[in-house]
Amino acid sequence: MYHNAKELLELTRLGDRTISDVVLENECRFTEKNQSEVFADLRNTIAIMKNSSSIGLDKNIVSMGGLIGGDAKRLEEYRLRRTTICGDAINIAMARALSCSQCNASMGLIVAAPTAGSCGIVPAAVITAAERLETDEIKRENLFIHALLTASGVGQIIAKNATVSGAEGGCQAECGSASAMAAAALTEMHGGTPEMAFHAASICIMNVMGLVCDPVGGLVELPCLYRNSMGVVNAMTSADLALAGVASPIPFDEVVEAMYRVGKAMPESLKETAMGGIATTPTALELGRN
Amino acid sequence: MSDSSIFDVLGPVMIGPSSSHTAGAVRIGNAAKMICGAEFDAVTFYLHGSFAKTYRGHGSDRALVGGILGMNTEDERIRSSYAIAEDCGIKLTFVETDLGDVHPNTVKIIFSKKEGGTVSVTASSMGGGEINIIDIDGERVDIDCKYPTAVLQYQDQPGMISLISGVIATYRVNIATVKVNRTTKGGIATMVIETDNHIPLDAVDGMKAIDGMSSVRIVKG
Repeated sequence: MYHNAKELLELTRLGDRTISDVVLENECRFTEKNQSEVFADLRNTIAIMKNSSSIGLDKNIVSMGGLIGGDAKRLEEYRLRRTTICGDAINIAMARALSCSQCNASMGLIVAAPTAGSCGIVPAAVITAAERLETDEIKRENLFIHALLTASGVGQIIAKNATVSGAEGGCQAECGSASAMAAAALTEMHGGTPEMAFHAASICIMNVMGLVCDPVGGLVELPCLYRNSMGVVNAMTSADLALAGVASPIPFDEVVEAMYRVGKAMPESLKETAMGGIATTPTALELGRN
Repeated sequence: MSDSSIFDVLGPVMIGPSSSHTAGAVRIGNAAKMICGAEFDAVTFYLHGSFAKTYRGHGSDRALVGGILGMNTEDERIRSSYAIAEDCGIKLTFVETDLGDVHPNTVKIIFSKKEGGTVSVTASSMGGGEINIIDIDGERVDIDCKYPTAVLQYQDQPGMISLISGVIATYRVNIATVKVNRTTKGGIATMVIETDNHIPLDAVDGMKAIDGMSSVRIVKG
């Protein structure tokens, strides 16, 4: 198996393969399943992602803690009624990310990718790109499957060498990782090389280096909601940079290591304990009491 | 570093809101229940770190209880696990504590068995729903539940490892990893075996029948 980006890239060079090719081969070997079985499992994952990313677009889904609700719908209505600043792609992607976040916070069914707190980012990025790239349903689903394989490969590397846990590494470890996964997937979906995919992933993590986990009331609601919409935008813009040829001189493995060390250096108050950041603002404390 | 599946990072499919504090907690509860391996009427949960600070908001308490009752991460009954536990006559206690230098999402679960005696399991929620069991009844272990896993305790004496692996081989189960620890030479040894395939009940019975074996517990089928 590939233990880091350097090894995964070396494997892609054997036979001019994509990241998703290498990840699929490893998955079949490790699980002793064949390609059809892995694809069937991924279809199940896709179905849940599609549901959680759309359920909030036309319904007012309110969270368990009552802190969030209705924003995915608000954003969709805004996008449809006037010309937005960022355009359709970003706004529909953000709405999908918000929808997943709301679904999660209302104890709905989601796919942790890599965590529940960051569950909106990968689905929003991949669904939005797939629908714009392919009109044929079967080709679109195939694109989606390969995108998730690439995203997972990047996620596996981060989980192995660093952390995807907010309690250990702050939000940079959760939303940063999800963005990196999504950015690599987007890059490959748009014909970028494996090297470009890792540049996109590196840029994503650097963009949120040091990002704290400061959940209001200790719930996965605020600011998680906004970090999911930010996260998909981070992924999309980083992928565009990489596809244009913008590269990170710092290799992905070193960026991930830096993220891990920054996480270790962060005080406990900023790592999912609700004891710092916006979680301890007067308003947040008041909201937490109610 | 061990191999992993894409579904360790693209998953679990779960009821929210937190993969580490909800889904991970359910999985810890499941594993702990299997390690206890007996009926229990009281459980105390010692919560450390971030778990201790955010357990109510994340439903970690409900998730842990759901886990020890045998629910999985997708089970919608997690929300009502307290009531279900009460119906089963199980007394629950939650204590916020400091377990020392452990992962910030760690819980020590102590089961009071109906037949008498206690079993203690300490485990951490590593993020993304992944868990790591770090202690069973005072014995340090390192079990991430990615493979079928058995925990054995036996009298430390020559031939035991050979007898145990002999039973497993009879059932054509392939051993992936084995770790053995003992408190003192000639004392009680603890073995953790991870296998590539499911360990059948007959194999478990076969291991239990080995002279000198005190317990065989399957942590993950």
